[in-house]
Amino acid sequence: MRNIFIIASVAFAALTGAAQAEGVLPAKDISFSFEGPMGTFDRGQLQRGYKVYKEVCANCHAMNLVSFRNLSDKGGPEFTPEQVKALAATFTVKDGPNEAGEMFERPGLPTDRFPSPFANDEAAKSANGGALPPDLSLITKARPGWYGTINQFFNGIGGPQYVYSVLTGYEEPDEEMAKLQPPGKSLNHYFSAGPWIGMPAPLSDDVVTYDDGTKATVDQMARDVSAFMAWTAEPKMEERKHLGFMTLLYLAVFTLMLYLVKKKIWHGVPH
Amino acid sequence: MSGHSNYQPTTRFGKWLHERLPIMELVQAQGMDFPTPRNLNYWWTFGGILATMLVVQILTGVVLAMHYTPHIDMAFNSVEHIMRDVNYGWLIRYMHANGASMFFIAVYIHIFRGMYYGSYKAPREVLWMIGVVIYLIMMATAFMGYVLPWGQMSFWGAKVITNLFSAIPFVGDYITTWLWGGFSIDNPTLNRFFSLHYLMPFVLAAAVGLHIWALHVPGNNNPTGISVKSAQDTLPFHPYYTMKDLFAIVAFLVFYMAWVFYSPNYLGHAINYEPANPLVTPAHIVPEWYYLPFYAILRAIPDKLGGVIAMFASILILFFLPWLDRSPLRSFKYRPLSRFFFWVFVVVCVILGFAGSGLPDNYFLSHHAAPAEGFHFTYKVVGQLATFWYFFHFLVIVPLVSKIERTEPAPASISEAVLAKAHDHAA
Repeated sequence: MRNIFIIASVAFAALTGAAQAEGVLPAKDISFSFEGPMGTFDRGQLQRGYKVYKEVCANCHAMNLVSFRNLSDKGGPEFTPEQVKALAATFTVKDGPNEAGEMFERPGLPTDRFPSPFANDEAAKSANGGALPPDLSLITKARPGWYGTINQFFNGIGGPQYVYSVLTGYEEPDEEMAKLQPPGKSLNHYFSAGPWIGMPAPLSDDVVTYDDGTKATVDQMARDVSAFMAWTAEPKMEERKHLGFMTLLYLAVFTLMLYLVKKKIWHGVPH
Repeated sequence: MSGHSNYQPTTRFGKWLHERLPIMELVQAQGMDFPTPRNLNYWWTFGGILATMLVVQILTGVVLAMHYTPHIDMAFNSVEHIMRDVNYGWLIRYMHANGASMFFIAVYIHIFRGMYYGSYKAPREVLWMIGVVIYLIMMATAFMGYVLPWGQMSFWGAKVITNLFSAIPFVGDYITTWLWGGFSIDNPTLNRFFSLHYLMPFVLAAAVGLHIWALHVPGNNNPTGISVKSAQDTLPFHPYYTMKDLFAIVAFLVFYMAWVFYSPNYLGHAINYEPANPLVTPAHIVPEWYYLPFYAILRAIPDKLGGVIAMFASILILFFLPWLDRSPLRSFKYRPLSRFFFWVFVVVCVILGFAGSGLPDNYFLSHHAAPAEGFHFTYKVVGQLATFWYFFHFLVIVPLVSKIERTEPAPASISEAVLAKAHDHAA
């Protein structure tokens, strides 16, 4: 009886998850199209998200695991190869050395990685008040939005929700908090090392103009760019879920057949 | 090794080979005709499942090694290269990472099964002890494998574990320096971990060979724990157990693949998707789930050296289990008190796992710090209580209970037990 009580209380505590570090809130649990075993990315959303990333985030954050060519990969934003070529060409990339042994600049190609905004981490820190803007390629897999053994099992780690919550979670500090405010920092209770964050609120209404006519509210842009970063962190997600479905279907039928064979062989054999 | 068959080669090539290498006789005697108790339940299928997992880990690991770069500046990105650019690289890596967890799930079930049915008792002590060696090799292999992606938890986990050796009196610092190949965890450390991570599975495979050899001398234990007495008690391994094992293996693959395809990162740590940074310590360093009970034991002892000793002792004590249990009967099926304490022990191991997962001074299963004053059920305190019980179980309960418990009547033979069950079924 006591064991059952212990198991129940363990399960309950793991279920509720509890809070994160002091002064940090769990992410807002908004839903995305790519959740669940069948969920897929919304192409339009990923394309809008790319635009927000490119025009806002990329000013300070690198994303060095992603190449322009990936933007036309199946299961991603699925820009056409022509669009990708044109997108890449808007950037200038340093290449070389050429035959003369000199570095030169050329327009970007689809095979190039997304260029980084700073030459190195030190330059990035010095331009951002000492704080290093993290590379965003894997951010939605590296930052849990919430905790709890059972909670995360059913709801995922909430990485995209974390990004969304940070982007929409800026607050004006009240008089009490303002006294504690370090210079150059903003108040954000969703930031994992919060509540003070080095990044000033990056989004404001209409900071980008969407090509598909969607209204660029802060909420919309935050959703779109979080979805985009869910894709950059797990670009093979759609392929994975699709192959997973086929694999499990195959294995389930195979298991059933083996069970019947086993049953037949053991029929009439006392065991 | 080949006493169970009357293998007669039928073809000319068969005869030719048999006179030079009687391998087909071995296969028939040990892999097909081998007399196996007829009453093995599904808990006995985990041996075959483990062998399958070892093969899966070696195959996926060999492919991963073709694309991985063991250098501190490139390791993290080479893993992401596997995830993004290698054909089905994401699948192979997720199979390998989750395969490690599945391997441990299966091995824990296998070990607990051995404990419940008294499979460690005479004449299977050597079989059991080889099993403990296999488990130790598994732990070392998995630990070094987790370091290879060179993420934050890889680096800091390696730091915590290798630092344990510095607790050894007088020579501790020399040993850590020797292990690291320098004065901190750096490129030489990553290189040797990669080398050893590739080597160990083959050592493991050899140990598995010995494990199977040691199994085939006394033969399988069985749920009654009664030794095989006559041919009536057994069935040939093939087709009865080849098919039963195959069914169980494929069913286990369903479970395994569900993780790989639908929750591939759940059993890992989010922070390991951030590249290793020796200058930034993560807020909370924890090992993979399968080490958590031992991590709890390590932290339960306030003294560093004491903690290290307790942690190693918690595994080494398993070597002595065959002699700690003094009961004339093997299976806990007929040992009610042992059975009760077995389940208490299982629960204590699970509690130890949770105790190893949180910050020591937080309330157990909470993210809130307990006040420094007074007595509170913190992760540390719960870990200490469970650690006490872990050792108390082996050193006091097992020897005492096995001596004093009133056993239930056991059947005279396996066939008698089987027939009684069949009779119950019919009635």
